[in-house]
Amino acid sequence: MKVSDALGRLENYSHAVLVVPDERGYPLSVATSFKIVDATVEIGPVSTGATVIRDTTSARLVFSHIRPYPGVGYDQRRYIELSGALSTNPAAWTFSPSAARGWDEQELSFPELCQRAIPQGRRYLAALSAERGHEVKPQMGLGWRLFLATRLPFLSATIVPVFLGLAAAGYDRRFSLGLAALTLLGAMAVHLGLNVANDIFDTLSGVDDVNFTPTKFSGGSRVLQYGLVSLRQMVTLAAVFYAIAIIIGLVLVAIAGPGLLWLGVAGVLISYFYTAPPLRLVHRGLGELCVALGFGPIMVLGTYFVQTGHYALRPLILSIPVAILVMLILYANEVPDRFADAKAGKRTLVVRMQPATVIRGYVASVAVAYLIVIAGVVFGVLPWPTLISLLTIPLAYQTWKGLKAHYDSPYQLMSYLGKNVNLHLYTGLLLVVGVLLGILVRR
Amino acid sequence: MPVVELLNKALVAELTVVDVNGQLRTDPLIPFWDGRSILMTSSMLFSRKLQDIKRNPRVSVSLSDPVGVPAQPFSRATIQGDARVIDDDLHQGWYRLLPLWEAKEPIIKTFLKPMQKLGLPLFWERAIIEITPRRVFWWSDGDTSRDPQITELQEPEA
Repeated sequence: MKVSDALGRLENYSHAVLVVPDERGYPLSVATSFKIVDATVEIGPVSTGATVIRDTTSARLVFSHIRPYPGVGYDQRRYIELSGALSTNPAAWTFSPSAARGWDEQELSFPELCQRAIPQGRRYLAALSAERGHEVKPQMGLGWRLFLATRLPFLSATIVPVFLGLAAAGYDRRFSLGLAALTLLGAMAVHLGLNVANDIFDTLSGVDDVNFTPTKFSGGSRVLQYGLVSLRQMVTLAAVFYAIAIIIGLVLVAIAGPGLLWLGVAGVLISYFYTAPPLRLVHRGLGELCVALGFGPIMVLGTYFVQTGHYALRPLILSIPVAILVMLILYANEVPDRFADAKAGKRTLVVRMQPATVIRGYVASVAVAYLIVIAGVVFGVLPWPTLISLLTIPLAYQTWKGLKAHYDSPYQLMSYLGKNVNLHLYTGLLLVVGVLLGILVRR
Repeated sequence: MPVVELLNKALVAELTVVDVNGQLRTDPLIPFWDGRSILMTSSMLFSRKLQDIKRNPRVSVSLSDPVGVPAQPFSRATIQGDARVIDDDLHQGWYRLLPLWEAKEPIIKTFLKPMQKLGLPLFWERAIIEITPRRVFWWSDGDTSRDPQITELQEPEA
């Protein structure tokens, strides 16, 4: 913080605290009044009894403010610490500031302040580890660490297309519960592998380290930044998930036929090279396309193929709206991440485009998703009850409004990012319900 | 005792420590009083003060803000003392301060729910700062231009 900037803010404080070293080596801090005179601060003389405050170049002038909030605690936290020289001339005590630091939570949110402080936290743990002769780590139960590291709640992005593929197969009178369970397990393993691999490569490339505004929808799991899980453990975790996915995929190929193989291979490769070098697809602005393909046609068609042994137009058409909506989860989540992404060379679509264009792109994509459902019904590819998926249009509208209003406020945007996740989930599940209702209507 | 009343009411105090370069550094923190010592808690995220205290335990705490220290009648105090960092159990050790903390900031309990803690796990790895008062300055009407009442407490052991 610049001194001139700090001085300009002092009118927001009711009093100052003068801090000086005393003759016994203790700091001595005393409240006082103040007024700004040119580039100095004139302060009210203070009395500390026998302890005489003398001129010093090592003084501090501290300004602190909170607003009590009964039943909650307080808010509006802010403070400024000026470093400088104190003159105790009897005519007027003056403080000449030479440096300033401070924080105002209305300008830098507390969560962001905490994220910026992570290196200090890691340094403290390292110092404690050295002091004690063994590694001191932040503590968290294994279950919670796994929950965080895998970003488990995002599995809805997998469950929706798998269910959609199953519903489409059911519509064509083919359904095996065992194969359905195996498909779901394999798809979830790929997704969890992707989440973990994504964190690994985003940490190695520095993207997550410079992201100070992560939300629960963006910025990765941060288990590596927090030191909750080691890089080695994350690599092992990703390898285990991919191994499970590949084994299940091969079993399904053996059962359903070789036609599934290319789709499975594409899914695993897209998932891995999403952030992994040398392709790093997300760094090239291809992340949205990869996510759309992986969590749309690949999963829906793959699931359908496992059940039926062939591909068809209906599951392909069904997969497009969920592909678009899952792509929009990533797309909107990139909004709060855009500065960190740009800094680390991750040239996502949101980084490449102006905010107005990003928002227009969101609206156009949502519109296309709904139009495809309508067109599918009009042309007789989709059963008419799938139109109930249009019930989520208000959710899309709310997300659009939120994006427009809070584009530059990561934490205010968070609830709208949540609505956007729900838009995909509810639209996808309503499509599933629509297809299942279509079976009943047809009979 | 008026200063104890201030400590019990204060939502904020200014803690000044001496840094590695011998320079003073002040941060606002919530003070607590357990009958013997002033207690504060600091996340390891903001642990620079903890490292400073470990090097030089001499600190000063000021209770200065008429709004942040809602005691009636209002007065002001400064307490110089020797601080000790208790960080042997960063995860659970500070929980003994929770009843005192919750009394001043009731919302804190909400943030301690498991799903909430996941958002900022390192913030909840915390140390306790225990300050033994050595000298207390008290300005009975809050006017620090007047002479304070000074109470000398036991000197640090050699």
